Amino acid sequence: MISGYLITILITIIVYAILAHSLNIITGHAGQISLGHAAFFGIGAYTSALLYTGAGFPFWVSVPLAAAVAGIVGALFGIPCLRVRDDFLAITTMGINFVIEAVFLYIPFFGGAMGIGGINLPKWFGREMSKTEYFLLILIVFVLLLLLDRRLGRSWIGLAWASIREDEQAAEAMGVDVVRFKVMAFVLGSSIAGLAGGFYAHFLTFIMPQNFGFGQSIVILCMVVFGGIGTRLGPILGAVILGILPEVSRPIMEYRTLVYGLLLLAMMRFQPSGLLGTESILTKAFKRIAYHS
Amino acid sequence: MGILLLKVTGLSKEFDGLRALDQVSFAAEEGEILGIIGPNGAGKTTLFNLVSGIYPASGGEVAFQGKSILGMKPHQISRLGIGRTFQIVRPFQNLDVETNVLVAYGHRFYPGLWNSIGPFQRPDILREVGMLIEGTGLEPYRKQLAKNLPLGIKKRIEIARALALKPSLLLLDEPSGGLRFEESAQLMDLIRKVSDQGISVLLIEHNMQVVMDLCKRIVVLDHGSKIAEGSPEEIRSNPQVIEAYLGKED
Repeated sequence: MISGYLITILITIIVYAILAHSLNIITGHAGQISLGHAAFFGIGAYTSALLYTGAGFPFWVSVPLAAAVAGIVGALFGIPCLRVRDDFLAITTMGINFVIEAVFLYIPFFGGAMGIGGINLPKWFGREMSKTEYFLLILIVFVLLLLLDRRLGRSWIGLAWASIREDEQAAEAMGVDVVRFKVMAFVLGSSIAGLAGGFYAHFLTFIMPQNFGFGQSIVILCMVVFGGIGTRLGPILGAVILGILPEVSRPIMEYRTLVYGLLLLAMMRFQPSGLLGTESILTKAFKRIAYHS
Repeated sequence: MGILLLKVTGLSKEFDGLRALDQVSFAAEEGEILGIIGPNGAGKTTLFNLVSGIYPASGGEVAFQGKSILGMKPHQISRLGIGRTFQIVRPFQNLDVETNVLVAYGHRFYPGLWNSIGPFQRPDILREVGMLIEGTGLEPYRKQLAKNLPLGIKKRIEIARALALKPSLLLLDEPSGGLRFEESAQLMDLIRKVSDQGISVLLIEHNMQVVMDLCKRIVVLDHGSKIAEGSPEEIRSNPQVIEAYLGKED
């Protein structure tokens, strides 16, 4: 048996890794900035929580539905938003995050500032899952998502995303339906964030609006940028490092935003492509080792 | 007379009250290289952006192979077989040459989720890409990132990419711009080769030598209006053209 504390950290880190991975689809692969990713994390968490506590749906139904609802909301917001570019998109997605957080906070149906409690770990074989089992479940889901990501990266969809990220106008002139592929990335990224939200809610057992605010969006974005935006494994490494940091040292927890901000500044100055970016010191070192062995 | 491919009728474009293009009409036939010249700001690139669907037109009509394409999106127009390059080159900088060309094959696989999540490295497509890359003289650069290549090669990438659409019309926006003499001459050979395959070319060019060499017909724009159309000889001796354009150069 692994200790409860360790398993809690591990699950939290995987939730962050899934979040970073899902934002990477939108921002890394398709090149669309989003400063409101936590909104879809929250939509997933609240959908799953309400379906479980209110409608009595089991975990196995509420979590997939959470992903679906987050994806649908992603489409509703994405279709109008993705027509604007870069800086406008950044502000619009930020706005979405504030609106969604306010909805959770001020509409009584969503539990207000007290949030929603009484969400439990899933049941299987007639008993509640242990935390270790839950960790393995979420790990398997994560691995499947990574396999899907690899498949997409090598597909015509992945190539269309890459062309849009590089140059929208040139992509259009090459027959790429830019709006459609942007929406596709946004919906996929949002629904995976929703899935993460569902897992998060059932693990924490209660959720509050603050878990899904703008600050959370920035934390997720930091992980992606820190690890290497657009790379497959970078955002995960970012989630692991930035997820563990607050746990190993209390002061870092207290000054989390400050530490992340400084780290991000340092990255932008010295390693703008991130830890695992194509031109980073780490990647070059790996290549050198691979070359010599 | 050849077969009519592109017919532009009374095409106009206003930007905030400024007339960038005013009632321009001309036609391009299958297989010809039609030169489009004019001083800076004459509306040449605006014309390309209207034909390729980047801007909506303020008035007029554009028909391609007998059908109106006005109001269509750029990706729809490119799929009909109108390829283009850009005045300021826009290759996909962080993709290698081969992948740059592959992007243009994507639209054949987009409809249907199963096809579009299939790998884009397919032997049949790669064979076609290989032939295109060879034909455009890009073979030595196949696996290099576009951003690391010189301007002349980037312009070739844009042409190769556009040819991958299997176009019947190519819009080339100043292909010789910024190139050294030999580079420019090589690119003109490529354009001639493309034209010999039966692909029509609309060629915006500032280099008069190039235009006079390549084109049998030339359209002259000035301040958004067409001021002349004819053979290189006719254009050379047209007093209006000399006044608007050639006269200033001499």
